[in-house]
Amino acid sequence: MPLTPEDIRRLSLLARIEIAPAVAPQIHAQLNGLFNLVAQLQAVDTKGIEPLCHPIAAIEEMTLRLRDDVATETDQRDANMKNAPQQENGLFLVPRVLE
Amino acid sequence: MSFAFASLKQLRAALDCKHVSAVELAEYFLNRAEAAQDLNTFLHLDRALTLAEARAADAQLASGNTTALTGIPVAHKDIFVTQDWRSTAGSRMLANYTSPFDATVVEKLKQAGMVSLGKLNCDEFAMGSSNENSAFGAVKNPWDKAKIPGGSSGGSAAAVAAGLTPAATGTDTGGSLRQPASMCGITAIKPTYGTVSRYGMIAFASSLDQGGPMAKSAEDCAILLDAMAGFDERDSTSVDVSKTSRKNLVAAPNLAKFVEKHALKASTGAAFQGIRVGVPTEFFASGLSADVAQLVKSAIAEFEKQGAVIVELSLPRTALSIPAYYVIAPAEASSNLSRFDGVRYGHRAADYKDLGDMIAKSRSEGFGAEVKRRILVGAYVLSHGYYDAYYLQAQKVRRLIAQDFQDAFTKCDFIMGPVAPTTAWKMGEKSVDPISMYLEDIFTLGASLAGLPGMSVPCGFSDGMPVGLQIIGNYFDEARMLAVAHQYQLVTDWHTRAPEAFK
Repeated sequence: MPLTPEDIRRLSLLARIEIAPAVAPQIHAQLNGLFNLVAQLQAVDTKGIEPLCHPIAAIEEMTLRLRDDVATETDQRDANMKNAPQQENGLFLVPRVLE
Repeated sequence: MSFAFASLKQLRAALDCKHVSAVELAEYFLNRAEAAQDLNTFLHLDRALTLAEARAADAQLASGNTTALTGIPVAHKDIFVTQDWRSTAGSRMLANYTSPFDATVVEKLKQAGMVSLGKLNCDEFAMGSSNENSAFGAVKNPWDKAKIPGGSSGGSAAAVAAGLTPAATGTDTGGSLRQPASMCGITAIKPTYGTVSRYGMIAFASSLDQGGPMAKSAEDCAILLDAMAGFDERDSTSVDVSKTSRKNLVAAPNLAKFVEKHALKASTGAAFQGIRVGVPTEFFASGLSADVAQLVKSAIAEFEKQGAVIVELSLPRTALSIPAYYVIAPAEASSNLSRFDGVRYGHRAADYKDLGDMIAKSRSEGFGAEVKRRILVGAYVLSHGYYDAYYLQAQKVRRLIAQDFQDAFTKCDFIMGPVAPTTAWKMGEKSVDPISMYLEDIFTLGASLAGLPGMSVPCGFSDGMPVGLQIIGNYFDEARMLAVAHQYQLVTDWHTRAPEAFK
């Protein structure tokens, strides 16, 4: 089922990616091209097959590790702030949300 | 002696006998990198940073406290974050980013005494097969500057091939170590998923991403992988091999020793006695160009000549690996790249109405066309109503693909075939139609989806352009893979060829 222009607008919003009207038809066509290719998957019988999330689970049971809920990092605030586009007093600045 | 195309063991010997110092070696490669700027391999060189590491290595050498890699230069794909050099992922989004920490791989190689030359160009966020998707310009193939080097680790492959660095790191999500290695005539290994830590590797598709070494030979790759691999607490999908059913296999840090020991057999003329090589019919079907097919077949014939048994087999879902991959990888990418919002780091748009607009504009300006396309695809396949039909279905097909490989490995020890359907193509030739480039990944995607180790080993030239033989092994079988690749390289010399313009 090909994507509609409305689908493209919805995806643009979901992904927070602006699509300029001039390139929208091209992107639309490219995505439809990909989904044509992807349609092959629908024909595969996967009844009773578990999704494979960690490749090693193909040969043995894998449980993802959880670490203990304890702080392991020391204070890295200055290091973590050094790439901030805008900051003040050790806080990230964004446009005002509440008036 | 020319160091440009020397093996790691030759460089080791030159450093140990004080024929050259780490500082001199670093300067030698920095000079070569600067002289070859038209290849556009390096995104960030900083002489002072490199020489500081080289001086530290010389101090280690003087103290006698050395490893196999002390004082040997390396360069990192710009997907691995570094504290000192910029870390861009080939994206405008991170054009001015420096990391607060070093990736585990960077840290481990530094601890082993390697001297970093800087950061290497790649496709934006490792998404691409030609290196044309870098925000900082395409990389040129040293064998023909009008051609692509492959991708996404194209800068790494081209730099090694041109002798600008003896070794490089790379990453592979759907073939990004193997395909550029094939197209630039060097050797690379994507180890089993979970072997090399992803901590500090800028994430593209977390269940597929795997780092690995790129160098001149299998022997060099073994030495490098010994230092790069190992369980890492900080990577939640890192695997401790000793806690798996494959615990008896030889693993890092003993790969190089294993490779050396087994090299002794090569002199007997029956180097591959007892080895079963599986050749999947699907890897030689239509779409594979005749020149690549012929070179790969003669490489496999060399294995047979040296005692290997050739087993014809089938990987029936090879073609399905393309749609499965191009659902799973974009899905994970859209999730991973949602962190780029222009708030904490990365590009922020100059003009915007409100917070939502700031995020959308920053992402739209910061990401290139291919990255945006994959984020949109990922958003779709994960969205309500489509998740089961696309993402979950792709993950189920992924299991079937992995099972096909397990069936194949009951009949053979290794699977061999081409890495890519063609040699490197002309720049711009495929960039108008992204889908046509996706189809080129057909032979590498299977091992990626299954998480199996895969290599590219130089096996010949067509019209002056290198061709790689792909070797796929079973889980954690890197030691034997590297050993057979090394034995192949003892009886062939394709891996020793260097592009004339860089000799």
